[in-house]
Amino acid sequence: MADLRTDFLGIKSPNPFWLASAPPTDREVNVTRAFKAGWGGVVWKTLGEDPHIVNVNGPRYGAIHGPDRQLIGFNNIELITDRPLAVNLREIKAVKKAWPDRAVVVSLMVPCEEASWKNILKRVEETEADGIELNFGCPHGMSERGMGSAVGQVPEYVEMVARWCKQHTRMPVIVKLTPNITDVRKPAAAAKSGGADAVSLINTINSIMGVDLDTMAPNPPTDGKGTHGGYCGPAVKPIALHMVADIARNPETRGLPISAIGGIATWRDAVDFLALGAANVQVCTAAMTYGFRIVDEMTQGLSTFMDEKGYGVVSDIVGLAVPNVTDWQYLNLNYVAKARIDQDLCIKCGRCHIACEDTSHQAITATKNGQRHFEVDDEECVGCNLCVAVCPVENCIELVQLTSGSDPRTGKPIDRDYANWTTHPNNPQAVPAGE
Amino acid sequence: MDKRRVPGVAAERLTAEDYRRNFADLHPPLSPHEAQVEAQRCYFCYDAPCMNACPTGIDVALFIRQISTGNPKGAAHTILQQNILGGMCARVCPTETLCEEVCVRNVAEEKPIRIGLLQRYATDVLMESGEQAFRRQAASGKKIAVVGAGPAGLSCAHRLSHHGHDVTLFEAKQKLGGLNEFGLAAYKTPDDFAQREIDYILGIGGIEVELGRGLSDASGLARLRADFDAVFLGLGMGGVKRLAIEGEELEGVIDAIDYIARLRQASDKSKLPVGRRVVVIGGGMTAVDIAVQTKRLGAEEVTMAYRRGEAQLKASRYEQELAKSNGVQIRLWASPRRILGEAGKATAVEFEYQSADGEGGAAGTGETFVLPADQVFKAIGQTFLPDSLGAFAIELSGGRIKVDGEGRTSVPGIWAGGDCVAGSEDLTVASVEDGKIAAESIHRSLTAKA
Repeated sequence: MADLRTDFLGIKSPNPFWLASAPPTDREVNVTRAFKAGWGGVVWKTLGEDPHIVNVNGPRYGAIHGPDRQLIGFNNIELITDRPLAVNLREIKAVKKAWPDRAVVVSLMVPCEEASWKNILKRVEETEADGIELNFGCPHGMSERGMGSAVGQVPEYVEMVARWCKQHTRMPVIVKLTPNITDVRKPAAAAKSGGADAVSLINTINSIMGVDLDTMAPNPPTDGKGTHGGYCGPAVKPIALHMVADIARNPETRGLPISAIGGIATWRDAVDFLALGAANVQVCTAAMTYGFRIVDEMTQGLSTFMDEKGYGVVSDIVGLAVPNVTDWQYLNLNYVAKARIDQDLCIKCGRCHIACEDTSHQAITATKNGQRHFEVDDEECVGCNLCVAVCPVENCIELVQLTSGSDPRTGKPIDRDYANWTTHPNNPQAVPAGE
Repeated sequence: MDKRRVPGVAAERLTAEDYRRNFADLHPPLSPHEAQVEAQRCYFCYDAPCMNACPTGIDVALFIRQISTGNPKGAAHTILQQNILGGMCARVCPTETLCEEVCVRNVAEEKPIRIGLLQRYATDVLMESGEQAFRRQAASGKKIAVVGAGPAGLSCAHRLSHHGHDVTLFEAKQKLGGLNEFGLAAYKTPDDFAQREIDYILGIGGIEVELGRGLSDASGLARLRADFDAVFLGLGMGGVKRLAIEGEELEGVIDAIDYIARLRQASDKSKLPVGRRVVVIGGGMTAVDIAVQTKRLGAEEVTMAYRRGEAQLKASRYEQELAKSNGVQIRLWASPRRILGEAGKATAVEFEYQSADGEGGAAGTGETFVLPADQVFKAIGQTFLPDSLGAFAIELSGGRIKVDGEGRTSVPGIWAGGDCVAGSEDLTVASVEDGKIAAESIHRSLTAKA
């Protein structure tokens, strides 16, 4: 039986599934419900200085839906906690006391002044919370006031504040990064330079969810106007995976613990992040969509997966895929694959054909002997994977590597040796092999 | 006493609530939410099999995608462009043997997209809005006579008017619609849908209606041909096949098609007399329609007898299931020999068992059985009555009007379509297509540059 217990910066939790700093972790009542449901930890919704902020009195959330109203993208314009600091601190202390085996990390956001940070850190320490997370990611509202992503977008500020925090508290410091930046490796490296113990990412992405076509205002509107919000949910997961992997394989930040956030809704999503270098994961949108009990599927699914694969502890998985993330220039150009359609699974919708015919390489038939029939023509197939992407039936189309003979498309013999762009004759900057 | 057990033939066998329920919509319409969920199941197939299976070639994948994008009126336009009676066809088409049969979702999970119900959803939205899908093109100055206001005639008239021609629509009955109004099962098209759809079709304008005017006399067609630039005949089938057995003239032996017409027109279904024991002879859609409806009128026992086996039954699998789930008993390999009676009234039908002759036909075994029957409905098919063509020597084939691929008869200037033409499939949707094709042919011939 797999052991799901994790130790992140010395913060122990019964499983790697934490609730991210967000509405689900705003109050004692919610967090207590989350812990009863089985969540391993929470990052308490961001605290700030008094007087507390105010939220809009209308819609805070927007969504985009896939088929059958599946929520695939979500955004919000909510700010940090809108309750007095003392109330939150009292509740945090009570929760930590009642749930000593769960991780309770407190998210913080105060102005970029050392005194402000010093002051709030002392007060948080009194709650006996396990650690702090610096919210350098919130991209709406707070950023207009010089906080949140306004800090996270300037690596020098990230480093400065991280350093203050490490100076003024014994608690582990996690820096939460914004994805609204060109190269996430820079702020991650800055956090590390400032002495941060870990980074967490991604925070939400600047977004407008759509337009109300009657009022011509962004959705959802507040009295006829709208503003950008922070985008999250399943749709952002690939962006988050890339950023996590980028930090994990960057020599400057390699080994820096990562708490991953971004569209995690299932055990499988979590394993993706762990494999790309995260030590634990944080969840929000999935809980806000389905409620806290989804954690049962996550812990059970992770446990089953680990048992099947023979992983004893969560850290066995961490970073396993990182060595296989590389740059394009190092991909093997001698690798040749062709699409194969399983005729038993094919339901003959023809989407592979029309996608390939209209937009790719005209490599899939529509008929054979006058009958509706979809089959790959290896002489045209470049192995692009478009047909796999558009096929509605799982595993009906697969890419199969050619390991011998020649590529019917190019006529060139299959070369089993590895050769990449850096040595390719078409590359003007190529370094010929052997030189 | 249960009024279903009142002997003989009687009306008012059920409560008012029973009648209301029994003749309400067989398939309630989809709500906007249901339509959305269903539409999003569509894969938008390449060269979609559903579209190819539709006799009128509706671009099903496109209209479903339009529903899923919140554009039901656009969806209706896509439907009506190919089939102006798309609302009725959505209700009465045997989709299980057409578009839905070939839906790739059958292969995927044995659950096709409910195309018929989606089509109904879209067309209902547009019709309820009152907006016309099409605007007449510039007047051509041409006049066309369309004879018969069933699905073929209505389809032809609308398409011709759309092209800018002036149409006069002649109908022998006092109401338009043909089988849409006088045939079909009431529970498939409740709430006077046939007339509402006709109002919508006529709403395009340019179609003058002449009720009570069919091809009654020998000179009728000749006069039409002289007075109009073209003539379309959508005459339907006026005759009914006879059993040609002893007892056929007894009281209580009824043509199913006549009874269904009466039932469709009856505002109060409780006034329709129905037998305690009903025997229906035939194996097609009309047989199922009358069998199920007499059951729903309160007949205690309804048996549908067909002289051949399951493989030859014309009623679709779905229709057979509908009959069975309504308590209709289906007896196969049973050929009627004679109808027995007392005091001039039918009391029973004697059948002879049949066995397959190995060549797709059937032969009597000599063994007989008797089914008691207060009413015997004949649903063994209809025939075209060529008398209406008068002295005109229009070529027939197999007793119906012979037409070419464009609906042209052997007489120049006269087109025909629907059930009255040879090779007709006896389907509403096929008749709509006939009318459309003929209209396009007429349009081409009238606008061709000399």
